[in-house]
Amino acid sequence: MKELLIGNLGLKALPHEWFTIGAAVTFIAMGLFVVLAITHLKRWKWLWSEWLTSVDPKKIGIMYFIVAGFMLLRGGLDAIMIWLQQALSSGSSHGYLSADHFQQIFTAHGNIMVFFVAMGFVFGLINYIVPLQIGARDLASPFLNTLGFWLYVAGVLMVNMFFLLGSEYAATGWLGVAPLSGREFSPGVGVDYMIWSLQISGIGTTLGAINFIMTILRMRAPGMSLRKMPLFTWGSLCSMIMAVTVFPLLTATLFLLFFDRYLGTHFFTTTAGGDPMMYTNLIWMWGHPEVYILMLPSFGVFSEVVSTFSRKRIASYTSNVVGMIGVSALALSVWLHHFFTMGAGANVNAFFGLMTMIIAIPTTVLVFTWIATMYKGRIRFSTPMLWFLGFVGLFSVGGMTGVLLAVPPADFQLHNSLFLVAHFHTMVIGGVLFGIFAGISYWFPKIAGFKLNERIGRYAFWCWLIGFLMAFTPLYVLGIMGATRRLDHYDSSTGWQPFFIMALVGGIIIMIGVALQFVQIIASVIQKRRLVDTTGDPWNGRSLEWSVASPAPFYNFAVVPQVSSRDAYWEMKQQGIPKPSYEDIHMPNNTASGIYISAFAFLAGFGFVWDIVWLIIVSILGIIVCVITRTFNEETEYTLTADEVEKIERDRIIVTPAAHRGNDSDTSEDMGLTEFVKVVTKWALDVVKNKRWRTW
Amino acid sequence: MTKRKNKFSQGGTVWLILLGLIGLGLLVALLLRGKDVALFMPKGLIAREQHSLMIFSVALMLAVAIPTLILFYSFAWRYRESNKRAAYDPHARHGKFFVFGLWLIPSVIVLILASVMWPATHKLEPHKPIVGDAETLTIQVVAMRWKWLFIYPKQSIATVNFIQVPTGTQVQFELTADEAPMSSFWIPHLGGQLYAMTGHTNRLNLMADTEGDYTGSSAEINGAGFAGMKFTARATSTEDFNRWVQGVQRSSNMLDSDAYKRLLTPSKNNPVVYYSAAQTELYDTVLMKYIGSGGGESHNNHTEQE
Repeated sequence: MKELLIGNLGLKALPHEWFTIGAAVTFIAMGLFVVLAITHLKRWKWLWSEWLTSVDPKKIGIMYFIVAGFMLLRGGLDAIMIWLQQALSSGSSHGYLSADHFQQIFTAHGNIMVFFVAMGFVFGLINYIVPLQIGARDLASPFLNTLGFWLYVAGVLMVNMFFLLGSEYAATGWLGVAPLSGREFSPGVGVDYMIWSLQISGIGTTLGAINFIMTILRMRAPGMSLRKMPLFTWGSLCSMIMAVTVFPLLTATLFLLFFDRYLGTHFFTTTAGGDPMMYTNLIWMWGHPEVYILMLPSFGVFSEVVSTFSRKRIASYTSNVVGMIGVSALALSVWLHHFFTMGAGANVNAFFGLMTMIIAIPTTVLVFTWIATMYKGRIRFSTPMLWFLGFVGLFSVGGMTGVLLAVPPADFQLHNSLFLVAHFHTMVIGGVLFGIFAGISYWFPKIAGFKLNERIGRYAFWCWLIGFLMAFTPLYVLGIMGATRRLDHYDSSTGWQPFFIMALVGGIIIMIGVALQFVQIIASVIQKRRLVDTTGDPWNGRSLEWSVASPAPFYNFAVVPQVSSRDAYWEMKQQGIPKPSYEDIHMPNNTASGIYISAFAFLAGFGFVWDIVWLIIVSILGIIVCVITRTFNEETEYTLTADEVEKIERDRIIVTPAAHRGNDSDTSEDMGLTEFVKVVTKWALDVVKNKRWRTW
Repeated sequence: MTKRKNKFSQGGTVWLILLGLIGLGLLVALLLRGKDVALFMPKGLIAREQHSLMIFSVALMLAVAIPTLILFYSFAWRYRESNKRAAYDPHARHGKFFVFGLWLIPSVIVLILASVMWPATHKLEPHKPIVGDAETLTIQVVAMRWKWLFIYPKQSIATVNFIQVPTGTQVQFELTADEAPMSSFWIPHLGGQLYAMTGHTNRLNLMADTEGDYTGSSAEINGAGFAGMKFTARATSTEDFNRWVQGVQRSSNMLDSDAYKRLLTPSKNNPVVYYSAAQTELYDTVLMKYIGSGGGESHNNHTEQE
């Protein structure tokens, strides 16, 4: 009876170790606080109708940022815990974590950082910026977009669910390599949580990617041919095409693993004809392109940033686009370089080594086009440009170590070592994350209506850069010393400890950088009035997103722009902007279907994790009913009349953007840290003294 | 006034960055003093060649990367907004050969590197036996949870978490695993790693050329005891090696099926164990245990295991 009702769930599943109890209490407390705050402020209805059910890609983009930002903290905490263990656990000391717990942490760290931080930020940027860049008012399928987002949220919840029930995450490494992830070696629910978390969010990614390909290909403003498309949109298009190509592979692979675990099939088991090597192949056929799915939008961001802040058009646009297409095409044929050491033989290894090296050609070309863009430019060192300058240095190091790893005989020595770990962190932090940060600080005025505080932004950048060098230089060295990755303990005779301590210090500096980024946002909100962007074009930008107000109106463009060249808005500014004539606009209605479907998907996944059959059946039926109901909903659009549009546009303060403003580099007025602390303290004292919270 | 201040602070930043990088290098050099840097201190033939291949590849790439980075950062500096002397040409057109050069330079480098990489991959293919004067020593390796079992079939001895090999002799490791997830057999001082997997044999050929104790481990995560799955590889003279073999042969420990079953029980940080008289067919039995169950070559005995 009990099994029928709650499957394998039992009292044992409740948190009973210090870390799960701590995390569970924290999560519940945070949740309660948010719920109470919203109830107190009577904002439930507003939250539901304005945000959660919104199909506006701009709002969905912001929600992606918020979730990914929190996951960055969560994954960052994991990173610090990993480093702390490694800094302590030498010789007779075994640190503060058990081996199993340590392995769960780095697995969760990898899953969270790739799926829920990097992917979340990338989708956030694409959601907000791509429609604006191509002159579209909304997406090809707004519903698919909200569904993708809510499936991502369901994945986020699933990856953290083990704190509350189960007390166990996968201890297999972020890809869950077989046969380690099979029933035989990982009998607990940890791997199941991982499978369902990645499965649900992965399906969301596929749906989101389909939607953006359709949007970019079908909904560009008149006149914007593919060869006139902004480079960030190009990067996003390449990335989304790759996502559609490989994410179904991840879905299939995870299903096979799930069949092995749940139904007792033998796809990847060691016995009865199973082949674990097949899992390694399949997961990397997805896993390697995945890195480039994250990377390509960042390439696009940097192309936009370098051209805007050098006040020049990008040098050799065609080479840049061909470079990005080349990277995406080649990325599909290099997966085997992740396991030269499995012993496929010299010809196979050499082929995949060669393919990997060839990827270095288009990426080097990209760097060259950026250099040529700066040539005879007028470069402003605003924060987006700082992230770019930091990126190129790190990316070169990461690229070289990557090519080194692509030489099979060298890889036999470097594979699975901390050198490899340092390499891919150089790419993912120095490449992907720096690109995302550059993008966020570049487009922040468009998103929020005011610029980010430049001064604290610079502090954050330097913390990230210095912290990164402090944290990952030692890992390169450790790899060369023969240290393998994922060690929860090592002998003191190895002499590795000072390097692990150095890495920990670097990690802490990075976390200070993260904290400063949050401070930066708060300080910018405080200084909102001074940083406000009245023109919609704070950087003297080049592409269409700068032609609309900041923050962008919900219909994006009151008048659909006519595009006649690359850098469309830059051209318009040179030629003078025509007087608008307004027309009726069709906008999509909000919908809660995405939330319901994702909630059922979450429950179905939860049912599979704990083997609760009735829940699985009910949830899957729920998903089907929701999808069918949605299909019969014919009121998916409403009309905004020309008069309404005109009224909204008139109410907005329109200031004609000046072609050149000289004081951009003058940031002496931006709030520094001391002033920030003063303001916050004063505010807090004021609240306490005057008992302000009563009137809220 | 603000302008001068800006200029100063920007110039100062450049120096600070350079100083910081030098400081970082010095710190690493200081911490490295007297440490064993396995990949840069190869003690075997293969490791030596892999080491020089790495150095060559890095040097070749640096030959492009260093000028590129210098160009990149000096452009960033030269065309900064506050430098009014630098030219500004928003419509700058690139020359005829610009795009050509853009693609040519990296292609040439990749071509050079690939033309070195391809033959090197064949030459250093781990399956390939090393050509040498001495008779090849075969060591069969079984990765278990979480220990390494080594069988010397010729000498009919077996050890756990310890091997001894004579210097100057080609050694062929035959790698497999039993009741263990994929593991990776790696002795960084002697050469690169290779996976040990159930139902498969991977051959790894190495040769030590300097006497000493070298640490080996499983480089691939394979469960809770992963970090402790280490062993020592001792390279000695042939005489010392023979003496050691005779010593092990006199050991009272036998690797019979009971002893093997005990080894299959997962254990962490397993101590070194010596076994005299190992069954010579043990390795094949381990291998066939999986192949017989339907994997690998034979698919007809599907039901045997079940």
